Amino acid sequence: MTTFEVVAEGLGKRYGPTRALDTFDLTVPAGTVHGLLGPNGAGKTTAVRILTTLLRFDTGKATVAGYDVLRRPDEVRARIGLTGQYAAVDEILSGRQNLELFGRLFRLGRREARRRAGELLERFGLDEAASRSAGEYSGGMRRRLDLAASLIRTPRVLFLDEPTTGLDPRSRNQVWDLVRGLVADGTTVLLTTQYLEEADQLADRISVIDAGRVVAEGSPDQLKAMTGGDRIEVVVRDAVELDHAARLVAVICGAEPELDPEIRRLSVPVVDRVAGLVDVVRALDDAGIAVEDIGLRRATLDEAFLHLTGHRPDEAREPVAAGRKADVA
Amino acid sequence: MTTVIADGWTMTRRNMTHVIRAPEELILYFSLPIMFVLVFGYVFGSGMQVSGGGNYREFLLPGVFVMTMLYGLGATATGVALDLSRGVVDRFRSMPMARSALMTGRSAADLLRALLEMSTLLICGLLVGWQWRQGVGKALLAVGLLLLLRIAITWVGIYLALLVRNPETVGVIVFPAAFPFTAISNVFVSPELMPSVIGTISEWNPLSATVAAIRELFGNPGLGGDSWPAEHAMLLAVLWPALLIATFAPLAVRRYHRLSR
Repeated sequence: MTTFEVVAEGLGKRYGPTRALDTFDLTVPAGTVHGLLGPNGAGKTTAVRILTTLLRFDTGKATVAGYDVLRRPDEVRARIGLTGQYAAVDEILSGRQNLELFGRLFRLGRREARRRAGELLERFGLDEAASRSAGEYSGGMRRRLDLAASLIRTPRVLFLDEPTTGLDPRSRNQVWDLVRGLVADGTTVLLTTQYLEEADQLADRISVIDAGRVVAEGSPDQLKAMTGGDRIEVVVRDAVELDHAARLVAVICGAEPELDPEIRRLSVPVVDRVAGLVDVVRALDDAGIAVEDIGLRRATLDEAFLHLTGHRPDEAREPVAAGRKADVA
Repeated sequence: MTTVIADGWTMTRRNMTHVIRAPEELILYFSLPIMFVLVFGYVFGSGMQVSGGGNYREFLLPGVFVMTMLYGLGATATGVALDLSRGVVDRFRSMPMARSALMTGRSAADLLRALLEMSTLLICGLLVGWQWRQGVGKALLAVGLLLLLRIAITWVGIYLALLVRNPETVGVIVFPAAFPFTAISNVFVSPELMPSVIGTISEWNPLSATVAAIRELFGNPGLGGDSWPAEHAMLLAVLWPALLIATFAPLAVRRYHRLSR
């Protein structure tokens, strides 16, 4: 039987007339990574703040690690880790002092807190900077320290709120590797991101959120398939042959190709990828049409997002809601 | 209950570590009262009168002690606002720790800090010719009144930070908010020598109560006139801080709970 570490049913949260969350549903099975994908102000952070007991909600029900978020917040808090958009560490304390502080507050004894801090500093590559103030850390180091602070008592559910926003690609890869390692050890992860690549890389399942609602849910591949899936693209050498090629391709693939005469390209959705490609190559060859380029192109999550929400993920949908979010954060 | 104390102590230690790791802030808050001692004690002081007679510097020092307690408001409010704005408070609130620890830890650390400030200021005072004349017991009682005032100011500061949240804004408003309380009080000038309305406001100023009370306990000059607040300075020096705590502590706690709205 699958246990669900995060369950949200019909969560609603409003700020005055703004609905930050509107009948938000979510189930995350144990040991998986679930991505919440959406633009700024879509409600991702609101959802995470509710599930981590930081924010009360108006309607619905939520359980995390088997405990009701509203009625048993302390049981939830003892079992979760939270790494937010803002690196929530003490900037005056050193890296080691930060981890020892959080260890003490997680009820570790003094010696155990010290041991655990040392262990995490080493694992996160911060042992050399351990006695420097966290305020002097680079963005990537600070994010790693923040992540380490969430892991002091190996959480059952780890919440990562835009964990790589503002990081350079190398630091981003480091964070991704750390997250993969945690999941391999059995931690369940709920991740919010506005980066499609991040969701694609890490998440087993993704909820696409827009205006406080889940507008689609599925594996990255399922979401990509929603746009019509993969496509065959053909670039012919001579523009006058584009229409001829399009007629042949339409018969094989059973769909009308999209034409882009300027770059002599046609593009058509394909179901049986390899057989379709072989048939198209053969038909064009038989008809004597010279082909400059031909290939299969996988749908991107970017297209899926555009298809589902009507706008790209990095465009903030509601500046008002985004401002509000910054305010509560 | 044990977790309330343990977590409160952990947070106290955290705030004290801040003082050790970033002493420049402490030095900043020290420089102000010392500057006032030098400017008022030696520059303006020659032209200053003490009601009832007596040495002006000896009159001034208790006022500077109280002023130092008041300017602790800046340290408290900025510290809490920084925690709020940087997301550190969110991390604390997502952990299974005592909710009260953030405030009790702040309050206890502020008190320890005030002790440190008081010891330094007492020594500075002795260096410029100030002294206590009524024995160690009354002097310690005076220090106790100063610390009581500091606790009250801590709660005002916590409330202010929760209200304003932005540390830069807090930094900007603290001084203009606090300065009138020191100017229109008995810190620098005896209220009897002020125009009547301002003199009355000065006498009822909460700071004046503590200043008058500790002048009496230290045996320093400048005992107020025969007005009611001047004659009941000791009572008011306890009542005013108690009233401030009874008002601002519940307000701060309520504001803190509203963070989850």
